[in-house]
Amino acid sequence: MENEKVLVKGNYAIAQAALNAGCECYFGYPITPQTEIGEYLSGEMYKRNLAYVCAESELAAINMVIGAVSTGIKAMTTSSSCAVALMQESLSYACADQIPVVLVNVMRAGPGLGYIYPAQGDYNQSIYGGGNGDYKLTVLAPSTVQECIDLTYRAFYLAQKYRNPTVLLADGLLGQMMEPAVFGPNPYPEVDNSEWALTGAKGRDARLIKSLGPNEDEQIKLIYNLFEKYKQIEDNETDWEEINTEDADVVLVAFGSMTRNIKATMNVLREQGLKVGILRPITLYPFPNKRLNELADKVKDFIVVEMNMGQMVNSVKLAVNGKARINLINRPVGQWLSVEEITTEAKKILEASYASV
Amino acid sequence: MQVFKIPESMKKDAKFTYCPGCDHGIANRLVAELIDEMDLKEKTICATSIGCSVFLYDFLNVDCIEAPHGRAMAVATGAKRARPDHFVFTYQGDGDFASIGIAESTHAALRGENITGICINNTTYGMTGGQMGPTTILGQKTTTSPMGRFVGTYGYPIHIAEHMALCDGTAYSTRVALDTVAHIKQAKQALKKAFQVQLDGLGVGFVEILATCPTNWKMTPDESHERVRTEMMEIYPLGVYKDITKAE
Amino acid sequence: MAHIIIDENKCKSCYICIGTCPKGLIKKSNTTNKLGENLVEFVDKNKECIGCAMCAVRCPDMAIVEVHK
Repeated sequence: MENEKVLVKGNYAIAQAALNAGCECYFGYPITPQTEIGEYLSGEMYKRNLAYVCAESELAAINMVIGAVSTGIKAMTTSSSCAVALMQESLSYACADQIPVVLVNVMRAGPGLGYIYPAQGDYNQSIYGGGNGDYKLTVLAPSTVQECIDLTYRAFYLAQKYRNPTVLLADGLLGQMMEPAVFGPNPYPEVDNSEWALTGAKGRDARLIKSLGPNEDEQIKLIYNLFEKYKQIEDNETDWEEINTEDADVVLVAFGSMTRNIKATMNVLREQGLKVGILRPITLYPFPNKRLNELADKVKDFIVVEMNMGQMVNSVKLAVNGKARINLINRPVGQWLSVEEITTEAKKILEASYASV
Repeated sequence: MQVFKIPESMKKDAKFTYCPGCDHGIANRLVAELIDEMDLKEKTICATSIGCSVFLYDFLNVDCIEAPHGRAMAVATGAKRARPDHFVFTYQGDGDFASIGIAESTHAALRGENITGICINNTTYGMTGGQMGPTTILGQKTTTSPMGRFVGTYGYPIHIAEHMALCDGTAYSTRVALDTVAHIKQAKQALKKAFQVQLDGLGVGFVEILATCPTNWKMTPDESHERVRTEMMEIYPLGVYKDITKAE
Repeated sequence: MAHIIIDENKCKSCYICIGTCPKGLIKKSNTTNKLGENLVEFVDKNKECIGCAMCAVRCPDMAIVEVHK
């Protein structure tokens, strides 16, 4: 069963993968386009005698996750865009607390209530964070239903390994599409949390998980420690996919399910004789800054393709640091940019680029 | 024969940082005494809250998670669902429990989580300097109701123990005070009951404790306790508002 | 012989204990804290303490650390 290829919807894939990863508590609230995750888990958690709460709000849900993971048990909540906005304070707390919260954000269109059609408008929310102070969430962006499974496993592992809240950033398209995928066993090892989890002060001193920092020196030290940890995450966990970049003059950059469209676009443009490659970050934090900067030594144009008003493009600009031209093809929300649209736009951009040389 | 000692569950050399005459000190001690007497220290997880109540974790020697403001009952829900064999309680002020946290507090009670909630009600937002809170009494002057709380602008206060008693998942809801020795002993019995309903798997055990805030009320400790006795008990009567163990 | 032990380090001069003792055996002492407030002391020349522990029960600071009957 584990290694069988099955046809599965993205939302269900995420739900089942969480169970396979050892998630024992789910706390959630319905919101389109990810409600199926909570619905699926309501039956599955019950069957397995695991914890399931229909939380009164997403605000309550994220705090229930905080309570559960503090005790060393794996837990997650899933939500979408505007409701993830409710969770920002708690995510900041969880980063300072250094606890392995797992959050799945299946993006919908914003700003505000927006609508249920897909978008990629929460890159900024995930990377720069809507919570207060200096902190970073680990952010993983799947582009296929298979990756929904693989990166859910990884999210639980990374959250535990680094004691850092980790976000699986999907979108409504992925959540709703059905594709063949293999669940396989969870490939990651268990991480020992016996040094910090709140399990009752038996045979040891009481433990405290907090983010209040009335002592300035200690607070400064905590923040520096957090950022040393983030550096480790950057050094060890940065992940991306690149294709045909060895001889590329132009590199298309996208994240999430837009990756599929730029891969097809690359093939079309290559057939037309253009030396096009793609780089697609799998970890949005940590972002593949080094690799993009290296590529910028040879690549003349990066074209970022995203469904928002230009969010990841800013990360690419920072990474490339002026060494190459950065271009953006975007649509705010809604119908995914088609291969034809991207191809047309890309050629216009490149014509203008070459004309200006 | 020694008839009184500092509870074992207090941290060694714990020295309260509360204001002179603040009832947090007594409430903290009663919790510690019960944790000793009911042998709960090794399986207790406390969700603390934001406000002066947060300092509990500096003194009580049990595992604690500091919840964001208002969310302790949700954090406690998560902890108890993850570790059902542990003893999980919250320790919150009136603002934390019944203003910003009212949804989390209410729904934990509706779900009948097997947790214990303790709410220290001093009719004010103490930590931030004495602003109006959800239990500020009509007519009471605070820094954000300088003319005295009146309905037109400020609306009515909430009666927390009664509100919790209305929730079907609440097993026990009571209001007590710490202004006299007799009341302190009653309060301890109430807390013990609220702890016991959790251990018996009966649902939420809730205790609202009327308490002093001498600093923000600008009263002496004795005057503050007098205010609890007169003004506060008139609006918030002591008593048991729900006890399913005594059902007909 | 009944008596109490006060830890002066913890006393915050709230004086609740003074009014609580049924025998009036706790009084302001000459020792003052950093704010110049008098602390309290247990004065029981006639051995009147009954070890009721009401003072300790009401002390918000656990400054009365032991009561003996």
